[in-house]
Amino acid sequence: MASGTRTVQREAGQGKKMQIALIGCNHRTAPVEFRERIAFTPEQALRAADELRRHGVLEEALVLSTCNRSELYGVSAEAGDVTPDHMESFFTSFHELLPAELNGRLYRHTNAEAVHHLFRVAAGLDSMLLGEAEILGQVRDAYSLALEHGATGPVLNRLFQGALEVGKRVRAETELGARPMSVAFAGVKLAERVFGKFEGHKALVIGAGAMAEQVVDHLRNRGIKHLRIVNRSREHAEELARRTGGEAADWAGLESSLGFPDIVVSSVSGEEAVITRTMIERAMAARSGRAMFIMDLGLPRNVEAGAARLYSVYLYNLDDLGEIVEQNKKAREAEIPRAEEIISEHVAKFAAWQASVETNTLLEQLRQLLHNQRQVFLEERLAAMPSLSPEDRQRVSRLTEELIEQILAGPARRLRHTRELRRRLEELEALHDVFGLDEKPKDEP
Amino acid sequence: MRIAVRMNTPLAYVTLLLYVASLVLYVWALYGNKRHIGILASLCLAAGLGLHYLALLQRSHMVHAVPYDDLYGSMSLFAWLLAFTYLGLETYHRERSLGAFILPFVILWMVVAIAVAPGTTPRPAPGKGPLFALHVTLNILAYSAFALSFVLSLIYLLQNRVLRERRPGRVFWRFPALEVLENITRSSVMVGLVALGFGISFGFVWKHRLSGQYWSADPKIIATLVIVAAYVGYLWLARTTSWRGARAALLCVLNFLIVIFSYTFVNLYLTNFHRYF
Repeated sequence: MASGTRTVQREAGQGKKMQIALIGCNHRTAPVEFRERIAFTPEQALRAADELRRHGVLEEALVLSTCNRSELYGVSAEAGDVTPDHMESFFTSFHELLPAELNGRLYRHTNAEAVHHLFRVAAGLDSMLLGEAEILGQVRDAYSLALEHGATGPVLNRLFQGALEVGKRVRAETELGARPMSVAFAGVKLAERVFGKFEGHKALVIGAGAMAEQVVDHLRNRGIKHLRIVNRSREHAEELARRTGGEAADWAGLESSLGFPDIVVSSVSGEEAVITRTMIERAMAARSGRAMFIMDLGLPRNVEAGAARLYSVYLYNLDDLGEIVEQNKKAREAEIPRAEEIISEHVAKFAAWQASVETNTLLEQLRQLLHNQRQVFLEERLAAMPSLSPEDRQRVSRLTEELIEQILAGPARRLRHTRELRRRLEELEALHDVFGLDEKPKDEP
Repeated sequence: MRIAVRMNTPLAYVTLLLYVASLVLYVWALYGNKRHIGILASLCLAAGLGLHYLALLQRSHMVHAVPYDDLYGSMSLFAWLLAFTYLGLETYHRERSLGAFILPFVILWMVVAIAVAPGTTPRPAPGKGPLFALHVTLNILAYSAFALSFVLSLIYLLQNRVLRERRPGRVFWRFPALEVLENITRSSVMVGLVALGFGISFGFVWKHRLSGQYWSADPKIIATLVIVAAYVGYLWLARTTSWRGARAALLCVLNFLIVIFSYTFVNLYLTNFHRYF
């Protein structure tokens, strides 16, 4: 047996079968008011993990708290519902909740179900926005925090490393996170289809409201350097420009500003279009026909529809972008089976790892038991044979030792290498009972 | 087995196999968004290029010249240079999504080359010297670069249409941006023009050495000069005026039709001494 595995065994509950338990709630089971009350700050997450371990409820603990979920992962030697019950009690007392307030809002999973749940979370399948990318970073942060604090052990380490791997694979091998799911982001991604990287390109934002700001954030995140903001209220334009590192320009100079950008984002209110086809026609002439991407996020529309027919002008309004987002949503949903396949593969991989640790633990315990019995047996029998020389006694001792190793070699090999056999044995505790591995020796208090 | 005898070399088959494998990997990488598969596709293409080079070298030894003296050699060389130019541009522009569109052309050329391969072992061609070899090789390189720009322009027009109609499909998000396509197309045309410029010059010098005259009113030479003018026009229009974008891409497509005309009709029916290039 590899020394690494021995260490894991030793650490993983001194040879007892370890149970993974999870309790938590998310956007599906609880409203935002409740989720706010049970959210953990990083400090609270560490304190909760410490307390759970100190009180002996869990041997390893980790809190995953994001805006849409609060989950408590733990490893304990207790089987059945005992551990989730204790975790739930702790949860209510930690957040000073009345048991009645839970009202079925907490879900609980153990072992393979808990593993499957975490892997789905990391893959973005359990998110409010299917396939969102942020959750993987949040899982990574929660794990790093707990790891540095020493709250995790071999089981949770393996489990969360597996989850991070699942998250990466799902994003790399499926389309689950590939396409934009908001109107603002869809517009920015479409502009990328025209210009590629945004470095060296310019954007003009007309309006200073929430929608405009959302687009500006996306543009900035994707590397746009030159940003000009025009708004009816110069004050608001300057405020947004200050926050986002752009420059504000006068509303009166809107038409002259149109010659400046490659990307135009318009999101202002008004009964008439603020940008006419003629204005864009003139702007295009001033730009020597370089392509212009226009995102019209206003309702009623800010840009005259006829502008879409101009050469090298790409005009998208709210409906166009909304339709693309809807298509993308369907495309993401179609990727769920592929993501689930990856998750199942990793759940099986984790189960195999867990089974191999348990198998090795069991074999080690069995070996120890047989050697103890051999020792007692030899002492009794050899006491009745005083004529045996010390050399012969040693020889007999060695032979019995070899016999035990030979008896164990076959089953050990088969248990380690035959997954099917392990599956048939399923609950290895049965063997604990058969051999009485959990019984304390009679001379122990 | 008839083809095996005609081809005279298993290297060409293995090359074709590698090109096909590379195409499959490029398509897989494009649909599945798998970067490592894309890298594998490039490696596969590079391996194919290596073997293809050996196949060409083998044929060179047989004919004691660059293998351009028959249709098979000329097409095989064209396919190699097309794949070579593509891999060079892919590496330079760090854009792997185009392999799925370029490789079918490489494979098509290889398949046709294999199909038209002569049945007998090629005889050594009359020695024409290194200047002539350079003239032909550079011209074929130019044609392959123009073929590349043709495919890129078609992709540009397709992508532009999708964007204008506001109906992006699944693969659309994996395509390179219009500006990137435009840049690679220009690079490709530039490679073609430089190669063609040198190729023609070497041809004139070689002609002068042979007959004491630079110029000859061969239709192939006239067609080639038209091609140069057309692509110079493309480069100018694509950079400096409101022709940039879709119109320039369309022009690039039309230019290539002149190349095809020169490569086929002029070669087969009009020219006196430019047979396969």
